[in-house]
Amino acid sequence: MRKLLVLGATSTIVSEALKHFAASGDALFLVARDRAKLLVVRDDLLVRGASQVEVLELDLCDYSRQAWALEQAQAALGDIDHVIIGYGVLGDQPSAEREFEHARQIIDVNFCSVVSWLTRISNLFEESGAGVIAVIGSVAGDRGRAVNYVYGASKGALDIFLSGLRNRLAKKGVAVVTIKPGFVKTPMTAHLEQGALFAEAVVVGEGVFQSIVKKKDLVYLPWFWRYIMLLIKIIPESVFKRLRI
Amino acid sequence: MSQYLSWGRLPRVDQKAVHFNWRHQPLPQTAEFLLPYGLGRSYGDSCLNQDNMLVLTGGLNRLISFNQESGVLRCEAGVSLEQILEFAVPKGWFLPVTPGTKFVTVGGAIANDVHGKNHHGTGTFGRHILSFELLRSDGERLVCSPNSQTDLFRATVAGLGLTGLIVWVELQLLPVEGPGVEVENIKFANFDHFFEISKDSDRDYPYTVAWLDCVSAGSSLGRGIFMRGRHARSADRIKEPLKLPLTVPFDFPGWFLNKATVKAFNCFYYGKQRSEARKFRCHYNPFFYPLDAVANWNRIYGRRGLFQFQCVVPSSSDQRAIKTVLQAIVNSGRASFLAVVKEFGEIESPGLLSFPRPGVTLCLDFANQGQVSMRLIKDLEHLVRSLDGALYPAKDACMDPDSFRAFYPSWRRFAKFVDPRFSSSFWRRVNRESE
Repeated sequence: MRKLLVLGATSTIVSEALKHFAASGDALFLVARDRAKLLVVRDDLLVRGASQVEVLELDLCDYSRQAWALEQAQAALGDIDHVIIGYGVLGDQPSAEREFEHARQIIDVNFCSVVSWLTRISNLFEESGAGVIAVIGSVAGDRGRAVNYVYGASKGALDIFLSGLRNRLAKKGVAVVTIKPGFVKTPMTAHLEQGALFAEAVVVGEGVFQSIVKKKDLVYLPWFWRYIMLLIKIIPESVFKRLRI
Repeated sequence: MSQYLSWGRLPRVDQKAVHFNWRHQPLPQTAEFLLPYGLGRSYGDSCLNQDNMLVLTGGLNRLISFNQESGVLRCEAGVSLEQILEFAVPKGWFLPVTPGTKFVTVGGAIANDVHGKNHHGTGTFGRHILSFELLRSDGERLVCSPNSQTDLFRATVAGLGLTGLIVWVELQLLPVEGPGVEVENIKFANFDHFFEISKDSDRDYPYTVAWLDCVSAGSSLGRGIFMRGRHARSADRIKEPLKLPLTVPFDFPGWFLNKATVKAFNCFYYGKQRSEARKFRCHYNPFFYPLDAVANWNRIYGRRGLFQFQCVVPSSSDQRAIKTVLQAIVNSGRASFLAVVKEFGEIESPGLLSFPRPGVTLCLDFANQGQVSMRLIKDLEHLVRSLDGALYPAKDACMDPDSFRAFYPSWRRFAKFVDPRFSSSFWRRVNRESE
């Protein structure tokens, strides 16, 4: 039986993944901003077979309460062995370009606050010599594009941080899983024109579950994004800077 | 341009859409009329809302509670029948009534009061609903059941989403021992033979339906294959079907489905079963949901889409009514190969606009070939009306307001329960000439 701490448990992709953990009978500690939504997710997971589900309403960017939140999770479930971090904001690129404050917020939520959580959790797991840390990144972090480079930068920075963390913790028996979804049909992308490349959250959620259970290193979901991004990354800057993609 | 279509892929209309993902949230405040939209498996325009707004319930897909002993499940209205089966069958519970596809939401199943192969013994889906919560545009949340808010319950079952948004549903599942089904397929050479087998099957088989060849005429009129089944005992071994990712990835050209290809398919399909009767065991998927195995099968009809026609006509000792309808269809030469026929039972349907009533129901597709198809559908509509039958709103893209009122005499009572901020393309169409 796994004991999971989930930060951003009401995110669509994460809650789809959690259904599979629940069916396996795992215990879950869910953290998110909105208590009403947490209770909805909790009920679903309990019906599906989770052995225990506790919830904590928390602003995930409130640095002063992260240590306390971790203590709550340990107190509720015992020793946590899995952590999933799946919260983030897309932000608004034009606003971020006009005002640094908006850009700072995107970077703070998606990168800095996550680093703060990861610092505490990685030290905890390193001490115990075991554990799995899974973080939802994005293909947007693979290369900066004019349409969303502030979001992309926050996810790209996270990608580099995680691979360094993986390097540090591999010898200590702790797995670090970086998950990069492409376009997914969720409330985050609801305002965008949905093309053929958009994946269902159910499918991506299952992919997240499999990646964590198999302790993968770096996963693109669905799989074909790995090859799309490979091509994107190969394009020389002199060409890429003129593209409108 | 919205990408929300009905399953027949016609009509294509512009409409806005907004997600409704959390059961505790309020309805959107908009100038437009609202209509809930689940998985879009209705065929015509009953799930469309031209120039207005769809409320998308795909994200309203969580379970709320389940009682393993009694088989009572409470879930959000956007949960699909497929999700229920995936969850419940391993625990020994099945859907009490299921339509021909599992890719419909529970809310949609209620809104169309769907029926299945077991109608003759069990009635419609609405009969197995214990309660649901209805969210109205004034913010009121009403829990409706056969015993409380009864009138609103009867208006919402088969109410096509017009009385408000169904938020959660409590339904009674059916106990089963496993995922297997025992099936017998029997060839019948003509329509009279179909009725003999149908009468004979009621006693031992809860599930019955027949595939019908709607192209062959003369002495072969009404030939087909009768399929009857019952849930298998768990000790019986069945093979889990392969999950092949079959899909129709693009629209087929318009000429693909024509009289020659359909005739060829029908001959093959009828001839494929060599023996008169064949018994076997299989997983519930191929028995209940043969078409679900091919994603987007409606693309076989090409970009122009299809008309689905489903009628019910009264039974009689000579079955004159259904034979008249079938003859008219065969004479047109325009039927596709997908046609089913079934005898409905006597169990009363709970909704004011429920389609199933005693008689014989025939359901088939017509490729959209423009005006000639529309004229044929109209002719069939008037024929069904003259025979005191009815058409099914969930499948309909064409019926006149007068026909609608003839088919559903309780429409006036129903209209009182329509939420003032809800509407649909279908509802506006069948009310076009109202006083």
